[in-house]
Amino acid sequence: MNGTSAETLEKALEKNRYEWVEKLQELGRELKRDKAGLIGVILITALVLMAVFAPMIAPHDPTDQDLTARLAPPVWYEKGTWNHMLGTDHLGRDVLSRSIHGARVSLWVGAAVVLLAGGFGVVMGLMAGHLGGRTDAFVMRWIDTQVAFPGLLLALIILAVIGPSLTTVVVVLALNGWMVYGRMTRSAVLSIRQSPYVEAAEVVGCRWPRVIFRHILPNLTSPLLTLAILEFARIVLAEAALSFLGLGIQPPATSWGLDVSMGKNYMFMAWWLVTIPGCAIAVTVLAINLVASWLRLISDPQEREKQYARHMAGAMRKKMQATIEKESKVP
Amino acid sequence: MIGQANEATPRAAKDGAAGSPLVCVKDLSVIFDAGRAGFWGRKRLQVHAVEKVSFDIHPGETLGLVGESGSGKSTTGRAILGRVPVSSGTIYFQGKEITHAGKERVRALSRHMQLVFQDPYASLNPRMKIVDIVAEPLLVHGLVKNTKEAAGEVAQLLELVGLPPDAGARYPHAFSGGQRQRVGIARALALKPQFIVADEPVSALDVSIRAQVVNLMQDLQARFGLAYLFIAHDLAVVRHISHRIAIMYAGNIVELADRHLIYESPVHPYTKALLSAVPVPDPPVQRARQRITCPGEAPNPMDPPSGCRFQSRCPYVTQTCRDTAPVLTSRRPGQTAACWNC
Repeated sequence: MNGTSAETLEKALEKNRYEWVEKLQELGRELKRDKAGLIGVILITALVLMAVFAPMIAPHDPTDQDLTARLAPPVWYEKGTWNHMLGTDHLGRDVLSRSIHGARVSLWVGAAVVLLAGGFGVVMGLMAGHLGGRTDAFVMRWIDTQVAFPGLLLALIILAVIGPSLTTVVVVLALNGWMVYGRMTRSAVLSIRQSPYVEAAEVVGCRWPRVIFRHILPNLTSPLLTLAILEFARIVLAEAALSFLGLGIQPPATSWGLDVSMGKNYMFMAWWLVTIPGCAIAVTVLAINLVASWLRLISDPQEREKQYARHMAGAMRKKMQATIEKESKVP
Repeated sequence: MIGQANEATPRAAKDGAAGSPLVCVKDLSVIFDAGRAGFWGRKRLQVHAVEKVSFDIHPGETLGLVGESGSGKSTTGRAILGRVPVSSGTIYFQGKEITHAGKERVRALSRHMQLVFQDPYASLNPRMKIVDIVAEPLLVHGLVKNTKEAAGEVAQLLELVGLPPDAGARYPHAFSGGQRQRVGIARALALKPQFIVADEPVSALDVSIRAQVVNLMQDLQARFGLAYLFIAHDLAVVRHISHRIAIMYAGNIVELADRHLIYESPVHPYTKALLSAVPVPDPPVQRARQRITCPGEAPNPMDPPSGCRFQSRCPYVTQTCRDTAPVLTSRRPGQTAACWNC
């Protein structure tokens, strides 16, 4: 109808299509300013790369036994060799290779559980919050009941009955972890549902699925993202705990928790058997937490501005100091 | 503040009055449940938000709805739009009853009547581009298949409300309050409705922006023959835009009259008190004026008094007022009021 104005709009839309590249660049600049967040992101990227390319990086097959080199110490000991850089365990398996391969299990279980538990929890929370009434009461009582029951106990019972495997570990941890997503989503939905833009969507004639998925869910993403990342760290620990207890990952597969549990029998002769995989767990969890706290900061515009101001103030202070020093040198 | 030059044209009102009303509200009551009280919860609490409210709105006419907060103006508007359950009374739209319309009926009716919100900052989804916000009504009613198809229409709507068409590519946070309210109006206009409920559309805006938005609404009315239910508490704005004005107090309409009659010869004591509170921009006149005050508070909507709801504050209160509630009766051509003593 109105050709020119429509074209203007389309052109403007076309131009904005690549906005996200700029946003990504801005995010990168902000990451540089937050050193802790930067370390976290680097560590996690390294871990993910390590997990993906494990067969190429690891010097040995993680299950290869070398009984002639049992309990070999790391390279910096007199008896250590470069062949087994971080030593070997009681069956002569390379500790470094096992730790590299262990990252695969930890990250895979973490990602799968977060997706499964997060997906289920968010859907339940959305239903409870939006539909209200009996659905709400039912879902919330269900969550209360499950939260009241010790999670590890439930996991142990299920794993003992069904039998441990990678899939059951994922399912059990997801069953244990969805409640926190459900609760948080519900409470956020309750507040967002009252907001005028949701009413506007309804007045305009949106049906409820569209209201939920176009209007409510997108406004939940930043808190949910932070929660998911923190949960990821918890899951990595939980998987290690289950494997340590012998109900998680089963040999010949490798997992950090499993290695720690097998190494504990030799703790006084070969400390590296528990320390190396233990450190791997600790570093992973720390890195995830660093990233989570950085994400929480940047998803809050106020905190983001504060941080920017702090950075600018620091830069100005440095500049001023530099000029003062320069001036004092001149005479 | 707002120039007298382009005041609402009384023509439209007079023309409309001859035809059949677009919206007809008869004895509308809205009662909310507020839980239970007392030992064992035997006493049911009910909030009488709106009680026995009747008015007509003709095509191309603006009815101003004025009252203090909690007087039931917004509830009345929302009841017409089917967003609040009606306890009793009837609502007609284009001659058809829509009082207890179901979900799908309300959805179908949303093509004919729309809502403009009070808070332009909260009524636009911060995660959606303007183009998606304005195109959404067209999309959900199946008039277009995707936003791209709607681009032409959206661009036109944006120009109509005085925004550049490339504004559509941006997010709401890039706009000022007045501009956002224009986006809200564009969204309401997208389905080409005949009737718009404007729920305090300018009370969140700067005084300088108010006039612009009110003038825009008037231009749109002249162009498309829209009917407005204009809810406000700013008497100057209401005077400017309305053809007729209804004054609400504690869920009742106490006076309903043509604009000039309300301002020049108010009948109801509450209307008089309300108008005397508006300062006149002329110091000597203002100093000479006598402020009518009605001490006291509005009755508790959970427990309204029998009889007239204004009785506790009315200077002319009599026994009749305490026993029986007055109904709107004609005082002059074009002026009705609900009072026993005036």
